[in-house]
Amino acid sequence: MATRPLGVEVPRVAVALRRPGAGTVLARFCRKKPLGAIGGFLMVIIVLTAIFADQLQTHDPIATDAGQSLARPGADHWLGSDHLGRDIYSRIVHGARVSLIVGLASTLMGSVLGGFIGLLSGYIGGKTDLLTQRVMDILQGLPLLVLALVMSAALGPSIPNVVLAISIPIIPRAARVIRASVLSIREMQYVEAARAVGLRHLRIAFRHILPNTIGPFIVLCTAQLGSAILVEAALSFLGLGVPEPYPSWGRMLSVSAAEYAQKAPWLVMFPGLAISLAVFGSNLLGDALRDTLDPRLRGA
Amino acid sequence: MKTYIAQRLGIGLLTLLGMSIVIFGMLRLAPGDIVDILFSTGGYVNPVERVAIEKELGLDRPVWVQYVEWMRQIMTGDLGKSYRYDLPAWEIIRPLIPVTLELAALSLIVSVALGVPFGVISAVRQDTSLDYALRVFSLAGLSMPSFWLGMVIILTLVAWLGWIPPVTYVSPSENFWLHAVQFALPALAVGYRSSALIMRITRSSLLEVMREDYIRTARAKGQSGGIVIWRHALQNAILPVVTVIGIEFAFLIGGLVVTETVFNLPGLARFLVEAILWRDYPIVQNLVMFIAIVVILSNLFVDMLYGFLDPRVRYGN
Repeated sequence: MATRPLGVEVPRVAVALRRPGAGTVLARFCRKKPLGAIGGFLMVIIVLTAIFADQLQTHDPIATDAGQSLARPGADHWLGSDHLGRDIYSRIVHGARVSLIVGLASTLMGSVLGGFIGLLSGYIGGKTDLLTQRVMDILQGLPLLVLALVMSAALGPSIPNVVLAISIPIIPRAARVIRASVLSIREMQYVEAARAVGLRHLRIAFRHILPNTIGPFIVLCTAQLGSAILVEAALSFLGLGVPEPYPSWGRMLSVSAAEYAQKAPWLVMFPGLAISLAVFGSNLLGDALRDTLDPRLRGA
Repeated sequence: MKTYIAQRLGIGLLTLLGMSIVIFGMLRLAPGDIVDILFSTGGYVNPVERVAIEKELGLDRPVWVQYVEWMRQIMTGDLGKSYRYDLPAWEIIRPLIPVTLELAALSLIVSVALGVPFGVISAVRQDTSLDYALRVFSLAGLSMPSFWLGMVIILTLVAWLGWIPPVTYVSPSENFWLHAVQFALPALAVGYRSSALIMRITRSSLLEVMREDYIRTARAKGQSGGIVIWRHALQNAILPVVTVIGIEFAFLIGGLVVTETVFNLPGLARFLVEAILWRDYPIVQNLVMFIAIVVILSNLFVDMLYGFLDPRVRYGN
């Protein structure tokens, strides 16, 4: 386009001049939302753990050692060892990778796919919208875990399949949220202006409406991350998730749970605590981000 | 009102039809069917026998024929036959329903009994340390896997009381108290988790209502604080809470899948997991459809409740 309307450019510059630095924003966020800051801190720790798992481990997470079977937590095995003598601490450290990768990948995949569906269905409207909404109803008619369970059983246990199985139930939830915000943005004057200038629909949808749904999108992602991690844990616990020998937090609970829990409670306590802390962190952060980025969703 | 219910039921039926296609399609995607599993445990594969079993189970027919057959069976109330047990599916499912319904109802009671009062206290004491503590408590519930919470409850009982909860199902006629305890523990684990959402919505909805003029009027004419909150405010704040309780019910069923496994309760959810692992199509299909029906009906029921709770709500149009 040779002649870009002036009115679109000017306010942008004005906003850019007033925008405070990232450090200021972070400091203000921590002061206003202490719980959210704690959640963010937890998430940073877990991300760092996942990245530096190889450096943080004290033992090989997969190597078995019959002599160290069910060792108590102590100097050698900080959090004890399981029935095969594998170090719990090192397995939890590596489990952070699996949980985060599966959690993030499925959340992103589901939210991006759902977001596109929501964007198009909300923008096009009419019969397309109605039909899409009914299809989303179908996918949402089942509890997330039940749908993921059937999906992962159908696909077979492997990491990509688990990601797929968890991301599909997220699609309708994402589509709903993005559609709702597209419906209100669509009626705004600057969209009307873009239409009047003669921009193509796809360009309006992707260049002008999509960037404005980023707030609800981020909120949605953090909110779904926690439940994705929980679903992964449940699937692995049932033996339908991440296969051996990957140390997954849910899997660690399933192997140990039945037989050794009473003799060696640390087998149950620590992996469960790891799951809970990760989900707790993402929930705290998600809540605070929701209040900050999208006040309309408060309490939803 | 009647047209509204008819309309909703119609949409519900369409949703179920779509759901049946999704479920059927997904299960047919599965690598390996029941015949593979039967043979892999047997350790050998006899092609002649394999074909015979496939024929007997109807797996040799085209997929769409199998689907139409399934639909026909559902219409006539015949839920098919379990591949694994060689019994009519309904006969297996029927005794499991009361177990799951009892557990779901108890969990729902726990979640409402925890969620609503905590939400009210949290709203009334907004931004105090009590409010923060309650919010963290409820968020912690939302963050713990309910099956893990169940395991921790069992471990705590064993460690502190030296008492091991029954490992097999105890029927109420056998020993009522043991039965009650056996169900109370998983209901506590699942209910605590579900209470989080109810608490949050109660809190935010009540906070909104408490800013309204008629609450100030009630206070101004000297009504005691308790009555204003529990009678005047909560009555108008309850509508979103009811919605969430309805949504929560669907959520609960998801939570039960793993919890029933941990507590070894012979319910629908645990059976669904077993059936999925065995690729027992008729059982999985029908159980998932059953869950979908329950979810859709509970949503409809919640919408109907609105009219009773809030006379301003009108249906239709």
